[in-house]
Amino acid sequence: MSEVQISACPACVAAPAAEEAAHARDVQDTRFVLSLPAIYCAACISGVERELTKQPGVRAARVNLTLKRAQIEAEESVSVDNLISALTSAGYEAYELDASAISATETDKKGRAILTRIAVSGFAMMNVMLLSVAVWSGASDVTRDLFHWISAAIALPAIAYAAQPFFVSAWGALRAKRLNMDVPISLAILLAGGMSLFETMESGHHAYFDAALSLTFFLLSGRYLDYRTRSVARSAAEELAALEVPRATLVDGTVVSIKDIAKGDFVRVVPGARVPVDGIVVEGASELDRSLLTGESLPVEAGVDTVVSAGEVNLTGPLVVKVTAAGEDSSLHRMADLVAMAETSRNKYTSLADRAAQFYAPAVHLLALAAFLGWVVATGDIRLALNIAVAVLIITCPCALGLAVPAVTTAASGRLFRAGMLIKSSTAIERLAEVDTVVFDKTGTLTEGRPELSNLSDIPKDMQSVAMALAAGSAHPLSLALFDAARAADVMPAAVTDIREVPGQGVEGQFEGQTVRLGRATWLGADALGQTATYLKVGDAEAVAFTFIDHLREGADEAVAALKKQGKDVVLLSGDGPAAVAELATRIGIDAWDAECLPETKALRVAELTRSGRKVLMVGDGLNDTAALAAAHVSISPASALEATRVVSDMVLLGKSLAPLGEATQVSVSATKRIKENFNIAALYNLVAIPIALAGYATPLAAALAMSASSVTVSLNALRLRGKP
Amino acid sequence: MNVLVYLIPISIFLGGLGLAAFFWTIRSRQYDDPDGDANRILTGDYDDHPKD
Repeated sequence: MSEVQISACPACVAAPAAEEAAHARDVQDTRFVLSLPAIYCAACISGVERELTKQPGVRAARVNLTLKRAQIEAEESVSVDNLISALTSAGYEAYELDASAISATETDKKGRAILTRIAVSGFAMMNVMLLSVAVWSGASDVTRDLFHWISAAIALPAIAYAAQPFFVSAWGALRAKRLNMDVPISLAILLAGGMSLFETMESGHHAYFDAALSLTFFLLSGRYLDYRTRSVARSAAEELAALEVPRATLVDGTVVSIKDIAKGDFVRVVPGARVPVDGIVVEGASELDRSLLTGESLPVEAGVDTVVSAGEVNLTGPLVVKVTAAGEDSSLHRMADLVAMAETSRNKYTSLADRAAQFYAPAVHLLALAAFLGWVVATGDIRLALNIAVAVLIITCPCALGLAVPAVTTAASGRLFRAGMLIKSSTAIERLAEVDTVVFDKTGTLTEGRPELSNLSDIPKDMQSVAMALAAGSAHPLSLALFDAARAADVMPAAVTDIREVPGQGVEGQFEGQTVRLGRATWLGADALGQTATYLKVGDAEAVAFTFIDHLREGADEAVAALKKQGKDVVLLSGDGPAAVAELATRIGIDAWDAECLPETKALRVAELTRSGRKVLMVGDGLNDTAALAAAHVSISPASALEATRVVSDMVLLGKSLAPLGEATQVSVSATKRIKENFNIAALYNLVAIPIALAGYATPLAAALAMSASSVTVSLNALRLRGKP
Repeated sequence: MNVLVYLIPISIFLGGLGLAAFFWTIRSRQYDDPDGDANRILTGDYDDHPKD
């Protein structure tokens, strides 16, 4: 498109805008990366891009639907929170990813390198195959030799380039005096190439150039699938932006890194911020949300001399905290140590593929060696014996095995990704399939940790409007919930004047000559109920209680019902009080529950279940769950969880809903079944092909057929997972 | 059989052309977002202004 505008063309009048929009699609210098777990269609792509480019200061935005991400190029002044809230109000869920941590170019380079190798081996394979078909259909003497020479000229450089990943890995294993799957692969490729070159020089009848190349091609394809699944999961799961505060504000206003804070410093914590250190309050009054640390859903009162821990959220008033421990010594870090201990116990899991490789690699070598020795003894012809040994190696080579696992995990994780789940660990699907007990955390996992007003209709209309007016004057979660509920019920706020917030207590105002107060029971002199509630007192009248229940997370009841239907035991372990836990357990249909669990208790309970032979799936989001998550057989956390929690989890739920859990367990069971089926298919091919090869009847044509047929069947079997389980 | 002298180089050249084209698609990042590209053709955003 030229820059010159020709006014004779009516469409060009609109062109500048269109051109700007189109240019905006190419993101040059990424400033933000957003995770968009819920997008799935063409309308979502243009919707998100249009919404983002509409924001002032955003120069360009591009959505990647495969990774469910958006890259944004913007001016310095643009804050990512504004972008996220703009997207949220437009109906798209969005989370920030750490742009600097996403080494997109690095991973892309690796993926492209494998793709290039696949292309080279595929190109060479097809050309050599064409020549081989001519040989198989009867080309003889000089023609055959010529064709073999041309094949060698194409195949040998192609192998030298394309099969490098196998050689490198095999050499590494051999140097460490181990055997891995790549050792028989490299041996088969090298021997096939070398033997065929020798046969070509000697004008022999059979050359295995095509087999060596198709082996490389199929195995590289498996490698690429494997790589792709892992890189997508790893990058997104680990780089969801950290929620932990890396900085703290000192009393004099200077902002310093957590690392530079010493014991005895005074730190200011504004309302809405996370407490960055462990310490004691020396000034101010407020309320603290401890749900991420302890699972308590009720905010806790904080005043002078209250002990606070890193990770708590300050709700109402500014606080000054004297630091007692920071960084390495803080409670956040002690929790991390607990996790490290629990983690070591889980790393012992060997995947199905590893178990197969442990048995397979030595077996293949022994078989080929036996074939070679047997034929040498029987005929004394070393060249014939070597030919047969190569045929055995090629035919048994784990082509189907190399594809068996990656093809299935790619299909399975692709399906789970579409359902909104990220798989971080490569063995997570296999482990999830074995699960028979599911342990849930309450606050933040089954519930959103967000209160919901439950008794609005029991309260007189005039009280409702007074409470609504007072609630509007505070950012406390209970006030916000009260205000939302009142607005949803079309209540109009009363004309309350002189509204002021009393930190740590509540809100106070004047209404028709009377003092009205909304806040804690103790502040109003009311009797506190046994559940989450706030109280309204008008003048000297009796205080009225507004009770709250914890808002259920979307899909929580569905997930619990689905898991129970699959015959799994569901357990609820919470750090919250018994009343709240019991109420939720009955609401959602969980029979086994435990309240007031400390982080250690949760981990202990999970360990106990494991000792009694259970395979536990732990679903949790808080720091108090991390040890239990690490101790469980497999663990899942929502994207809203703290970074430390997500790091120890095997899977991350990208969306808000818990509903994918039921599907995940189902998919994992069928995925494991498919992997085992694939092993059986591969074994079946070998059962037929090995005796033929041992007997010396295997031709290059038979090897090519067996290899391609088994690889294709295995891949097709894996693809069945994409549909219904 | 003399025809082989032409045919084999031609077939290898054509295959090489395909390989070069594939390299170009990798270089120009056409495999970064297959799902997105499949969906983008369905929007009308570029209908009167092809993306350059």
